[in-house]
Formats: sequence, structure tokens, C-alpha cells
Amino acid sequence: MSLPQATRTSSATGWGPGFLAKLVLIALVDAFGVFAALAAWNEGSYGILAATLALLAVANWVYFSKQALPLKYILPGLVFLLVYQIYVVAYTGYVAFTNYGDGHNSTKEDAIEALLVQNERRVEGSPSSPLTVVADGDALGFAIVDEDGDVLAGTADRPLEQVDGATVESGRATGVPGFDVLDRVQVLERQQEVTALRVPVSDDPEDGSVRTQDARTGYVFLSSLEYDEAADTLTDTTTGTVYRPDGEGRFAADDGTTLAVGWRVNVGADNFVTAFADDRYAGPFLRILLWTFVFAIVSVASTFLLGLFLAITFNDARVRGRKIYRTLLILPYAIPGFLAALLWSGLLNRSFGFVNQVLLGGAAIPWLTDPWLSKLSVLGVNLWLGFPYMFLICTGALQSLSSDVLEAAKIDGAGRWRTWRSITLPLLLISTAPLLISSFAFNFNNFTLIYMLTGGGPRFADASVPLGHTDILISMVYSISGIDGSAPKNYGLASALSIVIFVVVATISAVAFRRTRSLEEIS
Amino acid sequence: MVTQTQTARGVSVPPRTAPRLSGRRWVTEVGWRHLVGVITVIYAAFPLVYVLSAALSPGGTLTGSNRLFSSVSLANFAELTDTFFWQWMLNTLQVAIATAVGTVLMGAAAAYAFSRFRFRGRRAGLTALLIIQMFPQMLAFVAIFLLLIGLGNVVPELGLNSKIGLICVYLGGALGVNTFLMYGFFNTVPKELDEAAKIDGASHSQIYWTIILRLVSPILAVVGLLSFISTFGEFIIARVLLQSESNWTLAVGLYGWVSSLLEANWGLFAAGAVLSAIPVLALFLFLQKYIVGGLTAGSVKG
Repeated sequence: MSLPQATRTSSATGWGPGFLAKLVLIALVDAFGVFAALAAWNEGSYGILAATLALLAVANWVYFSKQALPLKYILPGLVFLLVYQIYVVAYTGYVAFTNYGDGHNSTKEDAIEALLVQNERRVEGSPSSPLTVVADGDALGFAIVDEDGDVLAGTADRPLEQVDGATVESGRATGVPGFDVLDRVQVLERQQEVTALRVPVSDDPEDGSVRTQDARTGYVFLSSLEYDEAADTLTDTTTGTVYRPDGEGRFAADDGTTLAVGWRVNVGADNFVTAFADDRYAGPFLRILLWTFVFAIVSVASTFLLGLFLAITFNDARVRGRKIYRTLLILPYAIPGFLAALLWSGLLNRSFGFVNQVLLGGAAIPWLTDPWLSKLSVLGVNLWLGFPYMFLICTGALQSLSSDVLEAAKIDGAGRWRTWRSITLPLLLISTAPLLISSFAFNFNNFTLIYMLTGGGPRFADASVPLGHTDILISMVYSISGIDGSAPKNYGLASALSIVIFVVVATISAVAFRRTRSLEEIS
Repeated sequence: MVTQTQTARGVSVPPRTAPRLSGRRWVTEVGWRHLVGVITVIYAAFPLVYVLSAALSPGGTLTGSNRLFSSVSLANFAELTDTFFWQWMLNTLQVAIATAVGTVLMGAAAAYAFSRFRFRGRRAGLTALLIIQMFPQMLAFVAIFLLLIGLGNVVPELGLNSKIGLICVYLGGALGVNTFLMYGFFNTVPKELDEAAKIDGASHSQIYWTIILRLVSPILAVVGLLSFISTFGEFIIARVLLQSESNWTLAVGLYGWVSSLLEANWGLFAAGAVLSAIPVLALFLFLQKYIVGGLTAGSVKG
């Protein structure tokens, strides 16, 4: 017997096991959320703090309200989607319009501080003080005795501070509460760290820092640059040169020289202009764009044709052992793509590879290092990787063709070839077209294959940027971003190129999907 | 050698058993198909035979691997224990399984909501998902890297060089890619079942967990498998995010072996490749039927 009210109550609102499970899960989520919010507060990451609090509020509302039924099911996935997909895409769009990268890594305040620190030098006649090398855990630090006989101590991250209760012998600190004093042997062991260490005098970088060369005497280093907040200029006190912000995220002098550290600014469409018009990038970019299209189109076409041919070949009930053939042909598809690409890079190796040494009897054909052969190799390997997939989907499509249509064609007197051209192929294309489009989109961004097989090489001989003949757009983005440390970082340009790829793929997919839909309506 | 036995099995079908076909007609209508089959099987399988032979070759160099099965030893496999290989295998399995489970749970829940409830913004939500899935996550690897630097300052487990951070990034792509696949399948389950259960007093969560999920289990298997396989082989994001060698996945680690000192590390790589192909290969061969179904429903291997 179920009462009408009972049908209304969800199992998760009474004190049933479902409700308890929900309570425990929400409590865990809340605990983690509060922890993250506090950590964000401590770090001063207010964006993350706001996002965490908002997500927490929404989560609690959704799971304890009766009005948000669909959201109860969508929310978990939605949260990940918002943070790791939508935000990330939006952020890519933002970075594409900035000069984020090496030399423009952070905010203007950080840049000024870094410049002041980088340009520190020992000022002639600056006071020297007896110095002791100390350690706070793993972090090295200095303890000095100032003119008044007070002991000051600090590390690279902690500016000098007066320490009470330190022992001083013959003008030098020998015991500092809160620090371990290093003996001579320990100092010698970490000599390089000691001479590189800089302990700031105060929180203000203009006060300079204490450094040492001999681990016994500390000198105050002051920056040769001086920041004037009102005028927003940096002045070099040794030469008198005045540096002003140049609007592109750097301090520049009147004669055009700039200081090394800049900051992130909005540069409008400059990154896109660079990609299409800058001499260093435009040439390689257009060649890579063309090759990306060739690669994606030829890959789809070649795998499809071979797969289709095999599907027709084996779509005959008289062939025995079709199952065995199918299982063996599926093998290239069943091993992870990265393994296949790495394996082929060995097989095609010029001097030692199996193909040159055994199949071609010791020929030294530069399969992966010649501009044209490497393109051929990439396409060949992709054919090997991709034809089983096309074979599978073509087989499926052929078997699902209705026999009525084919019979009708036969009755109308159509020959084999005519039936094939006018009936089978169009029907086959309709059912496989969406898969061909996604295969195109996949190959357009087939980073793993290119990166593991040729690494984009061989390099363009005439380009100053590290790009090569088999690079496709996504591997170009990877090289330009400099994220693996092989090139200067340029996040702005890399993000702009990502946007270009997205626009290309999205346009082609949208147009192609619309076409196939109209095809479907006709049939 | 494996090729030979395999092809022998393929051709060993005695031609005379085909009834009513004379020898010549058999050759023109059926025989050539076997010829094509044998040639493509050799083409498809020879690199795999080669890698097996290289893994078993005691020399461990690229040159030494060229004489197939000239001598057989397990030295390369034994040597793997001195490397990070098993750690990478563990990392990869952890990441791939966690991602697959998370993807299935979140994708199925979202597909259930879109399929069973009628709410404001439902159509807009579905359209938005269709658009979002056109932007592959890997395109945004720079922004992901920068986001994880920020998150890592607050919660190190969600930041760079953390497997949990990597799993979270992969889960971000879960809804966009799989909801449509599942949504279509959920729609094929008749609504009358839900309604009957509702009249019997079942709540929406009981209907979901005890009725719907059981009926859609084939699509759950497909999505889980495809997610596992694509995560298993994912390279660019893992490479950007995981920095210390002990946290690498197989794709990042094996790439490192081959890209540096290709000649010297070849045997090690071959042995690693054989072992790391086994989980995916096994899944493929045992669950061929499911995967082929999933493929034709519109997903591409990553």
C-alpha cells in the first residue's frame, strides 16, 4: 500500500540510508570546500576563493532544495565542465590577447620588484657587518650584528628581523634562537648557496639586501634602479637614465632600450597579426596550416578507402574465416596510439631500423628526416593506425544496408557497378559521414602521432623558430608555447593559435554536419 | 613466426569445400579475397610481431632486434624492474580507471537528467554541450597549465605534478564528450518503466540507481572502456602537467625512453610496449562487440 504522500517523498529526505549517504557526501564536499576556501584566503587567491564559495553555496542549495531536481544529477559533471573546460577555454581566449610569456610573466608590481632585485649591487662605502651563516630547517639564512650590537637574522623569504636572546662573541653572533648556526665545514659544503643567498633588509625591495662573499662579512646591496611611484618611472641612479612604461608591458628609456623584466598587458590582436604577418612566423605558419589540412584530409581519405575496400572484400558470406581476419586486422587499432607511433619511429630509423635494414636490404633511406619522405611516412603510419577503424565502421554500415533497396535495383535492371555507384555508396556515405568528420577533427589535432614519430622534424632550414616540415598546428602550438622548456615561452601566441585551430575545426564540423543532415533528409 | 601461423590458419580453409564453384570461379570470386586478407594481415601484424621479437631479444638495441626471434630471453623484462616502468604502469592504471569510473558516473547522471526530466534550459544545455565538445580539451593545454599553477598554490593536490589534478582535468572533458552518446541510449529505455516504478512509490533516485542504470549497462560499458582507452594513451596534457619522473604515465615515460638514446633503450622500450599494450589489447579482444557498437555510435579513439 502506498499513500499518495509517500510517492512524493524522496528516499533522500527521510532519515533513510540514501539520505545519510547524501549527508556524508555533502559533508565531505563542504569540508574540502571550506579547507580550499581558507587556503585560498591565506594565499590571497581571491578568484579561487570566490569560485569555491560560489560552488559550495550552489552545491548545498541543489542537494537540500526540492526545486532543483535535474541539477542534482547534472551538477557533479557540470562543476568539472565549468572549471576544467569552459573556464579553460575562456582563459585561452583571454591569454590569446595578452603578451603572457617569457619576460611578461606576472603583474607590474612583481616586475618592478624583480627589476629592483636583479639590479642590486654593492654600494661603495656601504656598511659592512660581521655575519654568521645560519639555517632554518633547509633554508639558509644570515645573522648579522649591527652597529648597536643587536643581532638581526633572516632568510631569503624572511626579511631581517631583530632576534632577542642571541649570544654574541667577539662581535659575531654564535647562537641565534630559532636558527641553527652552521660551522665552517657545513658552510664550505654549501658554499655556492651561501654566496648566492640574498636576505632582504625589509619587505620593501628599495631597502636592498644583505649578501656575502666570504661567509664572514655581510654587505648591504642596494638596487641601482629607483622606482618613483608618482611618476611611474624607474631611474638608473648610476647613469641617470629614466625608464617609462612603453605600453607594451616593459620599461623603456628614451633611446629605446628596455629593461629585461616586463609584465603582462593586453596587446589586442597582436598575436594573431604575428601569426599571419610576422616574417618569423607567417611563412612557417602558412606552410604548417596547409600541411595540417593535407595531413587530415589524406589521412581520412586513405584510411577510409582501404577500410572500405577491405570491408567489401570480406562482406561475402562465401569467405571462410572472416572472424579470424577481422580479429587480426583490428590489432593495429587495439594497441594504444602512442605505442604504435614510437614503434614505427624505431622501425623507420634511418641507420638501424627494420624497414631499411631488413626489408630493403641495408638501404639508408631517410624515412623520418627528409622533408617529403617524412610526410609520406607520417601518412603511411597513420594509414596503418587508422584503417582498422574504417574497416569496422564500413563493415557495420554495409551489413545494415537494407536488402530491399538492392533487390529493387536488381529488378530495375541495374548492373553490379551501377548498383554500387548509385545505391550502395551514397547510402554508405550517409551513415559514415559523421564519423568521417570526427575522424577529420581528430586527425587535425593528432599531436601524439606527429610528436612521437618525427617530433615535427625535419626542421625548416629557413625559419628562426623551432618548427619543421611535419609539424601540424597543434604541435606548432606546443613548440611555440615553450612549455617543455625547449624554446622561449610565448603563451599569448600559443593561445592565439589554439583559437585559430578551434575556429577552423568548428567551422568545418558545423558546415559538414549541416551538409550531412540535408543528405539525410533527402534519403 | 606468429604471422606465419596466423596466415596459415587463414588460408588453410580448403577451397574444395565451397560447393558449386569450379576452381577458376573460386579464384576469381572468393580466392582473391583470401589473398587480400593475407597481405593485409601481414601488413597489420608485422610491426607487432617485430616488437614482440625485440622485447625478447637479449641485446636490447635497435640493430640487435632486426633478426626476428634469433634468440629468446627475458632479460629486457627483468631489467624493467630497475626502472620506473611498474610505477608508471600503476600511475596509468590509477588515472585511467579513476577517470573511466568518474566519467561513467557523471555522464550517466547527466544523461538521465536530460533524458527524463523536462526543465527550463534543457534544450539550451544540450546545444551547449554539442558546441563545447567541438573544442578539444588538449587545445587549451596552456590555459590548463596556468590554471593548475594557480590551484596548486591553494591546494597542492589539485595542482601541477599531481595525479589527482590530472584526473580532475580529464573529468572536465567527461560531460562534453559522452553525454550525447548516453543520452541517445537512455531515450531508448521506455518511460513507462519509470512511471510504473513511480506509482509503486519509488523515488527518482531509486529509479535511477536500481532500474535505469541496469537497463543501460551496455552503454555504460562502452563509455567506460572508451574513456579508459583514451586516457591510457593520452599524452599532451599528462606531459605538460606531470613533472617528476615517478608521477609519469606510460605514454610520457616510454616517450622519454625512445626520444633519448633510442638505440640503447630499444629493448627496454619493446618490453615495456608489450606489457603496456596487454591491458588495452585484452579489453579490446574480449569486448570487441561492445567497442564496435560504441565506435559506430560515433566516438573516435584518442
